[in-house]
Amino acid sequence: MAARDQHGPQAPWGDAFQVVGKPHRKVDGMAKATGQAIYTDDIQLPGMLHAKLLRSPHAHANIVSIDTQKARAIPGVHAVITGADLPTRYGVIPWTMDETALAVDKVRFIGDPVAAVAAVDEDTANLALNAIEVEYELLHAYLDPREALERGEPTIHANKRGNNVSKQVDLAFGDVDEALESADLVVEGDYSFHGSTHGAIEPHCAVAQVDAQGLLTLWSSTQITHYVHRALAHVLDLPAHRIRVIQPSLGGAFGGKSDPFALEFVTAKMAQMTGRPVKMLWTREEVFYAHRGRHPMQMHYKTAADKDGKVRAVDAKILIDGGSYSSFGLVTTYYSGQLLTGPYAFPAYRFDSTRVFTNKPPCGPKRGHGSVQPRFAFEVQLDEVAEKLGIDPIEIRRRNYLGEHTQTVNGQRITSNGFLECLDKVERASAWKERHGKLPSGRGLGVAGSMYISGTNYPIYPNDMPQAGIQLKVDRSGLVMVFTGGNDIGQGSNSVVAYLVAEELGLELDAVRVIAADTDLCPVDLGAYSSRVTFMVGNAAIDAARKLRKLVVQALAEKWEVPEQRVRLVGGFAVDLEDPERHVPSREAFQLAEARFDTLGSTGSYNTPTLGGDYRGGTIGASPAYSFTAHIVEVEVDEETGRIRVPKVWCAHDCGRALNPMLVAGQIEGSVYMGIAEALLENHDMNRFGLHAGPSLLDYRMPTTIDTPEIEALIVESVDPEGPYGAKEAGEGPLHSAIPALSNAIFDACGIRLRHLPFTPAKVLAALREKRAREAADASVSTSTSSTPAV
Amino acid sequence: MLRLPQFELIEPSSLYGALAALAEHGPDAMVLAGGTDLLPNMKHGLFEPRMLVSLAGIEELRGVQVTSEGGLSIGAMTPLADVADHPEVRRRAPALAQAAGLVAGPQLRSMGTLGGNVMLDTRCQWYNQTHFWRQALGFCLKKDGTVCHVVAGGKRCVAAASNDSVPALTTLGASLRFERLGQARTIAIDELWHSDGANNKRTEGGEILTRIEIPATPAGHLGAYGKLRDRGSIDFPLLGMAVRLDLDDQGLVEHADQVVVALVARPVRIKGVHEALLGLRPGSADFEQALVPLAEAARRQCRPMANIPGDEDWRREMVAVFTRRTFLAAAEGASD
Repeated sequence: MAARDQHGPQAPWGDAFQVVGKPHRKVDGMAKATGQAIYTDDIQLPGMLHAKLLRSPHAHANIVSIDTQKARAIPGVHAVITGADLPTRYGVIPWTMDETALAVDKVRFIGDPVAAVAAVDEDTANLALNAIEVEYELLHAYLDPREALERGEPTIHANKRGNNVSKQVDLAFGDVDEALESADLVVEGDYSFHGSTHGAIEPHCAVAQVDAQGLLTLWSSTQITHYVHRALAHVLDLPAHRIRVIQPSLGGAFGGKSDPFALEFVTAKMAQMTGRPVKMLWTREEVFYAHRGRHPMQMHYKTAADKDGKVRAVDAKILIDGGSYSSFGLVTTYYSGQLLTGPYAFPAYRFDSTRVFTNKPPCGPKRGHGSVQPRFAFEVQLDEVAEKLGIDPIEIRRRNYLGEHTQTVNGQRITSNGFLECLDKVERASAWKERHGKLPSGRGLGVAGSMYISGTNYPIYPNDMPQAGIQLKVDRSGLVMVFTGGNDIGQGSNSVVAYLVAEELGLELDAVRVIAADTDLCPVDLGAYSSRVTFMVGNAAIDAARKLRKLVVQALAEKWEVPEQRVRLVGGFAVDLEDPERHVPSREAFQLAEARFDTLGSTGSYNTPTLGGDYRGGTIGASPAYSFTAHIVEVEVDEETGRIRVPKVWCAHDCGRALNPMLVAGQIEGSVYMGIAEALLENHDMNRFGLHAGPSLLDYRMPTTIDTPEIEALIVESVDPEGPYGAKEAGEGPLHSAIPALSNAIFDACGIRLRHLPFTPAKVLAALREKRAREAADASVSTSTSSTPAV
Repeated sequence: MLRLPQFELIEPSSLYGALAALAEHGPDAMVLAGGTDLLPNMKHGLFEPRMLVSLAGIEELRGVQVTSEGGLSIGAMTPLADVADHPEVRRRAPALAQAAGLVAGPQLRSMGTLGGNVMLDTRCQWYNQTHFWRQALGFCLKKDGTVCHVVAGGKRCVAAASNDSVPALTTLGASLRFERLGQARTIAIDELWHSDGANNKRTEGGEILTRIEIPATPAGHLGAYGKLRDRGSIDFPLLGMAVRLDLDDQGLVEHADQVVVALVARPVRIKGVHEALLGLRPGSADFEQALVPLAEAARRQCRPMANIPGDEDWRREMVAVFTRRTFLAAAEGASD
């Protein structure tokens, strides 16, 4: 039974919230701050071997032969495996399983794993890698997605069509052509988004162990324990009940730890083969090759609008550079179009998105999966529409507001929508009215808006079971243990679960402890992606806690011989509302309930309602609730150096109800940081060999604290009817519109429209030169035509 | 994490002990100062010493002294952070203090040393990479290979001198004291360089850079260091330039100089600077006027290459902008 039917957004005890809405510390905050938290690489087991991967130095090649004889002969080497040992294909999307743990027959990018060694230590394993001989037959390497689209031979992945297309989606809603024809204004332009990667500070790591009973335990720095569990069973051909997957503390993920990865299969396989625990920790360079970061996109947009600023239609054609494997690419391709249909209403919309394979590290989901790039293009184009129509950029966004409790043009159900309040807040906080268009040359303000999902009802693999489950176990000490399959990747999901359970059961926070992401102990959750955890796991937690609460209240009501309405659980006590002298600590209340009902526990779950348009792909991007965001970015452009400084960003985000405003503000700040970073500095760039141009934290320029703008996080609480106490997502939405707002601010500062990311100083200078040349040409034209002497 | 190759570490407590170890082990041994450049380079397989001779325990190599002539004598093992913060360095050699304070980030400046920065290896985007990475493109002529990826068909390495401290030291007329067992030599810093990026220093085996000597600067000395980099911290220079202005007692320029790094294998002294600014008063319209053709002349003389990251055309354009700005900063007695 889905929890969405069972509770509303109100405080569980009728009036004010006890725990929710207050700035609590994260439950694991102190452990992380003091270094006590155990990350995967902290795990050391007796007899543990260290494994390393041999990677392809070629972007595209057939493997002719692999000779591992010499490597096996090196003292201290316990196992050497190749693709032949793990030939089963996997992939996070069941329809596009095109990866193997180690390359079988061919390699598809520089860094593709080919063989693995497990040895007594890392140095011995590295030595053995050098002793493996691989003969390659080189193939034409595709580095340009346009070429991959147009050329079918050789194919990177064999397919029936004989081309390099990974996925194509072409959907139209309403009469786009008619609107383009009859609208007062059509703005058309090309936009591009470069690649960027997650840059989580913890590199990927896995440790595998097989015990005497044959139980395989894998500790992995994954953000989706459940999919790793399934993929291991599939690839190792092992019953899933003989596999346990545990996610220890995680040092950031941002989407980059969503796929099952080679190291998980390889360590598991080698632990099986050797009978010893096996660890693999990737180097930073290997993390760059594993990638799964933001897809580069080449986007062509047309926006049709009438004089009043109302958008009549949007028409998009997008070429997506997928890199060498599918990963989440099917979803990416849908998201590139499906998630643009808010926060603005437009009556007609068409998108035609094509993802192609290239011989580069595989792209995947990065914070704001699939929709950050189109959002950039559209919001810059909308700004141009406003400019051409002489409408204030905030005003045009208000005029096109989609509304709440409505539906988008592509059939997505919209519930709460706080977008107008987001616009109001950033407008006021930035003093937009006084400053936009009025700052000295070189300084400017830009605005943009966006929306994002709080999970989707597309469960990756088809099934009718809940998307999120929770179990509660009550101890006679008064402790409530929460078991959740949800992955806390630093976003604070364990904390959120603890807040919700404490709220429902009237407990102090220290009476709730959370065990998460351990497939032996915890009910299934689909993992930390698509901003689904707070919404779905949160609802499941309330569901479970409410069932438990019912038992406790009933036991007390019977004991005190009062109606149940008089019993309240609050602040670690159970109280008779009409006779507050009568109260017992929660511990005693739980003991009473245990005596009355036997061993106490409960389960809760969440599943999405039926959502989405009635067409192929209509459920992808269909979310039970959408978050809304508005950014205003202030810039200073140095017109001599072309450098852009961002002194301040205002971001207002509608997260429904802020369960912990401090965590929401943290997510807003992190998102803004990441968006500005990829717009100005970061570039996941391949050189002419197809080799990552700088796979290190020195050369991949993630901003330092002194490069980070001042960020003002403004929380808008629209209180969603279906969210846990009304909450929606906060982890990904606040990234999107930071980037177009930056471009729009640059336009306000110096009159240039930057449509191609990243905004390097050289591009700024080139655009400024172009503008001056244009102005000079216009001036000479107007001089020569205005020959009439002034009177 | 990348593995550091195995090596033997010797930690002598005297200079003699270090020199003796180098003499004994010859080319198998390398000198370890702060390690902030050497150790990452060893992880990348760029250097493969069997032995490292650490200078960390040698007290006499640390510290800044003012000489009887009013110059500075700086021990090669003085941390960059100390050079940046030292009041006498800031007063007598402001460009050096600024440059030392702009090397990498705070942690690296407290480990990295001034001597280490002078002896820094040249840098190139095709070279400062892991063994796997370099192997994937068949290596390059600076290490393990025969081709240059910067200049098609190039036979000479063009990796860039990237030492932030060197332009300032050069404008200051610094000299370097090298010692080897039983011998010592002092050379002008100008004389240190080759134009070969594979090995851009004229050093001899068994030598240790022990001191950096800076002659006294006149009362009217001004200096500044301008550093182009993507981020406000950590990065090596995409362009680094030091300028010097010495003013006479009338406040007019009697000596001017400018030296640039992060272009090619050796630092580049800009020609015609002295003549362009001689007799002008910093802050005057004439001075600012003179900077316009000077900036253009500097741009013409500097040819950044695709050796280090960053668009080389943009880097070249920035030579002109930074020339003007760095001289203006020096004129104000303040950093850019």
